[in-house]
Amino acid sequence: MESLNLFIKSIFIDNMIFATFLGMCSYLAVSKTVKTSVGLGAAVIFVLLITVPVNYLLENYILKEGALSWLGDGYAEVDLSFLSFILFIAVIAAIVQLVEMIVEKFAPALYGQLGIFLPLIAVNCAIMGASLFMQQKEFETIGDSFVYALGSGIGWFIAIVLIAAIREKISYSNVPAPLKGVGIAFIVCGLMAIAFMSFMGIKLD
Amino acid sequence: MAQTNYSDIFKNPLSLNNPITVQVLGICSALAVTVELQPAIVMAISVTVVTAFSNLIISLMRNTIPSRIRIIVQLVVVASLVILVDQILKAFMYNLDKALSVYIGLIITNCIVMGRLEAFALGNKPVPALLDGIANGAGYGIILVIVAFVRELLGSGSLFGFKVIPQALYDLGYSNCGIMLNPPMALILIGIVIWIQRSKMKELQEK
Repeated sequence: MESLNLFIKSIFIDNMIFATFLGMCSYLAVSKTVKTSVGLGAAVIFVLLITVPVNYLLENYILKEGALSWLGDGYAEVDLSFLSFILFIAVIAAIVQLVEMIVEKFAPALYGQLGIFLPLIAVNCAIMGASLFMQQKEFETIGDSFVYALGSGIGWFIAIVLIAAIREKISYSNVPAPLKGVGIAFIVCGLMAIAFMSFMGIKLD
Repeated sequence: MAQTNYSDIFKNPLSLNNPITVQVLGICSALAVTVELQPAIVMAISVTVVTAFSNLIISLMRNTIPSRIRIIVQLVVVASLVILVDQILKAFMYNLDKALSVYIGLIITNCIVMGRLEAFALGNKPVPALLDGIANGAGYGIILVIVAFVRELLGSGSLFGFKVIPQALYDLGYSNCGIMLNPPMALILIGIVIWIQRSKMKELQEK
């Protein structure tokens, strides 16, 4: 039940776009049509599912204070947490590269759909942000970190597909000239965030 | 670029080519840290420092980096600088570092930093690159300060934590606009800033 709660919470209440603004840059740049936004959303879920659990293992067995105690008593007080930024980003960049190669080799059809978005993802704040939030939330098991990654990924996916659909419609509307494009996208996104605030306080027990 | 024009390098990012409102880069952190002025200013300074020095370092190394692995090299340089900033903040302003939470770490993936490295530092000499970094950091900072000013003034009735709206006004029935403190208003405020800027500068309007 705890996990289900975490899942729902990370999709709706702590939604990456509307509550923490992670991955806004690519969110605004790629959300012009529904088709491409579905591709990017799927790629984000995919990469999150791999990087967050891997970074969880790194955090708990290498970086955290006392995490190296499995090496022997002499290492019990080593605290490497200041290295977490550089290690996380290296892991993300490496995994994205690896995933790109594996997908290209074994699932060419999927590669055709995700291909152009995968390299973009290495510098997407949503991926790095999820790892940093994972570190801050101190999950107890790797399962929880996996559920968190899945939930955040789905939340991001929903957000980008919704705004892409709205922007497709808006392009036919009579928007004041200075607001066209990015301006109206920001305001629509703000209104959607207000709508998402109504999920606040939902708790499954 | 035959003649490097220093004043253009410095002026453009502040208005015509502002990283947030025109290039739409680095929005993530811009929105999240603007509830109050103080964290917004610290964030703006941190980003400026990281952009300026990573631009300088990459520009110094630009002829030795193989282009195939440049992204990794850039990430390592940026991440090291961000770790430095983070450790300094932890040492001297612990509470503020807690308030900024993950957003300091997210400077690494801030698109402004990467964008300037790719677009400017890789093809220019160190001094213009350093200036370009400072100017883009400042352009980012201006928007942060504007948004944070409005949110803190209307949301909590204070600036830098000091009450500025007199008690007499509250007695007359004025109350703080609580929604200003919530994330959605940051998005809408940036939308409005873009609106104002583009109605002043017609050449920026999208067709």
